[in-house]
Amino acid sequence: MEQKILARGFEAIGWGALAADCQLFAGCPTSPEDEIFTYLAQEFPKNGRHFVRASSEVSAINIAYGSTSAGGRVMVVVASAGWGLIQETMSHLVNAFLPVVVVLIQRGGPGAGSLRHAQMDYLPITRDAGQGNYRVISLAPSSVQETYDLMQLAFHLADKWRNPVIVATDTIIIRMMEPLTLKTIKLGPPLPEKDWIVKGKEHQTDGIRRFISSGQGFIPTRDFSTYLHFLKGLNEKVLRMRETEARYESYELEDAEIVLVAYGYSARVCQEALMMARAEGIKAGLMRPVTLWPFPGDVLKKKALKGAKFLTVEDGLEGLREDVMLAVEGQAEIEWVNVLDRNESGAGGAIYPGKVLEKMRKLLKGKVKVIKKGR
Amino acid sequence: MEQAVTRKKVAGTPRLRFPIKSPIASCQGCLHPLAGRILAEVIEELDIGGDTILVGGVGCHATIGGHLNLDVLLPGAAHGRAPDVATGVKRILGKRAILITIQGDGDAMAIGTEPLIQAAARGEKITVIMINNQVYGTTGGQLAPTTVMGHKTTTTPQGRKLEDGYPVHSAELLAKLKGVVYSARGALTSVRNFQRTKKYVKRAIQKQMDDLGFSFVEILGNCPVAWRLSPVDSIKYIEEKLIPEFPLGEFKDIKEVTN
Repeated sequence: MEQKILARGFEAIGWGALAADCQLFAGCPTSPEDEIFTYLAQEFPKNGRHFVRASSEVSAINIAYGSTSAGGRVMVVVASAGWGLIQETMSHLVNAFLPVVVVLIQRGGPGAGSLRHAQMDYLPITRDAGQGNYRVISLAPSSVQETYDLMQLAFHLADKWRNPVIVATDTIIIRMMEPLTLKTIKLGPPLPEKDWIVKGKEHQTDGIRRFISSGQGFIPTRDFSTYLHFLKGLNEKVLRMRETEARYESYELEDAEIVLVAYGYSARVCQEALMMARAEGIKAGLMRPVTLWPFPGDVLKKKALKGAKFLTVEDGLEGLREDVMLAVEGQAEIEWVNVLDRNESGAGGAIYPGKVLEKMRKLLKGKVKVIKKGR
Repeated sequence: MEQAVTRKKVAGTPRLRFPIKSPIASCQGCLHPLAGRILAEVIEELDIGGDTILVGGVGCHATIGGHLNLDVLLPGAAHGRAPDVATGVKRILGKRAILITIQGDGDAMAIGTEPLIQAAARGEKITVIMINNQVYGTTGGQLAPTTVMGHKTTTTPQGRKLEDGYPVHSAELLAKLKGVVYSARGALTSVRNFQRTKKYVKRAIQKQMDDLGFSFVEILGNCPVAWRLSPVDSIKYIEEKLIPEFPLGEFKDIKEVTN
């Protein structure tokens, strides 16, 4: 049954997790993730779920490690300030093939940076921020409804691939209020039962002990006997994820001469800028990656070969721009709008559609250089 | 007569011993397998093998988990994080599951103080067995937070001095926390100590079965290789140097929990 409510982004995270039958939340308050924390403290116990007040983000992600080993669907929510803290265990989760959903609320950095919105964690989200080579699917919602929907998808993908999944959002998306339709999404055929979890030997259907290890490679397990055997398995999984899980949304891309590329709240800014540009007769389009990794680069490559120019918009110094550069392989001109183009110098400043439009005009006239001076 | 019975028990092989091809993955004279044996015997005697999940820390002690035919997390995620991981498993599986972590002193008392102290403070219904062998054995015998004064390690070649700080007394420290219902320290230097330690481990696990709270047992172990001592001399060293610093016994034994 569908129910329509007015909700804020952080509530959508909670509703999405409940719709996906998330059984445990572990977290530690950090701005701006504290609102979710207090919200879930009410909602999770009320719905018979576990809410663990961890002493740090490190503790939270390790509690999640244990819970997912026992078969529970679990979620950890961190702000950018806790993002670095969880990376060691993220790497262990990947090694042990364990599904966990990590929600990241981006705020300004580096260091304590600012407590307000930003999009500065793109690179560690899409690359391996912990030790070793690995990749993690990352979903980037740009509305309250999408936050709710992607939360459900995140749990599905985590279980499907036995890998952590990141939902990378930002402080603007979690704080804004929009209509939200509560509806459990059907996501493909049901996933196989988790026969790898620990629950006590007696409770295993075959009576054989389960052995979960984040030291796969040097500790032989049922799945992998040697280090290279393990790496090969991991690599195959990464390649299959890259092939099948890239998602994006496009707006007026067909005839676009300028392609805007943006995610999260900047994508909303770009939608506005797009309308303004079209009204002026500028043939602009927007590609919004829904998955930051795998990055949907093919569509950009095709546009580049047709002679389109690119404008990346992100509220950070750089990140998304790198993936666009990799996607177009030097075949197109790329300009960017970044955090330095905010409307004001305080932490509350943001990228406005007018700035994006201004850059589009310049790019069309060929007045901007591809490489900026100074800095 | 009583001694003869004891010997017979020690000589038997617990059924939980996992039939793996490789020999015990410990150095000659190491006491870790003996601690594993205590665990196996206790789990058998309490008949909880089917519900027990073992979480191994990072270090030599983790091999114990490999040898026991139980559901195992090994290593239980990152260094020092076993109590967090055990917390997660216990929350999902509930009261019936018995969660035991096996950790070393470098694992539990250095990098792992946060999860250990916090899990104890929350009164998580898990049991932590910490083997204190004075050094980081796996990495070649460096100074650990528990190293006694004067003890020579690879990072304190002249022996531990004042500027290196003082050894941590884990069992006494944890006993101070309200969430802890049982805390004890045992040794494995004699049959008598072995039996006493076994009794401690059994009581600790029993507390968890009774759903009372967090239980902790520290076991004084050795590392003949890192200590540069023969196995026999390492036992003597425990008796002469360690036990005076780390007294054996029970530091807390709560029978009933009230708010």
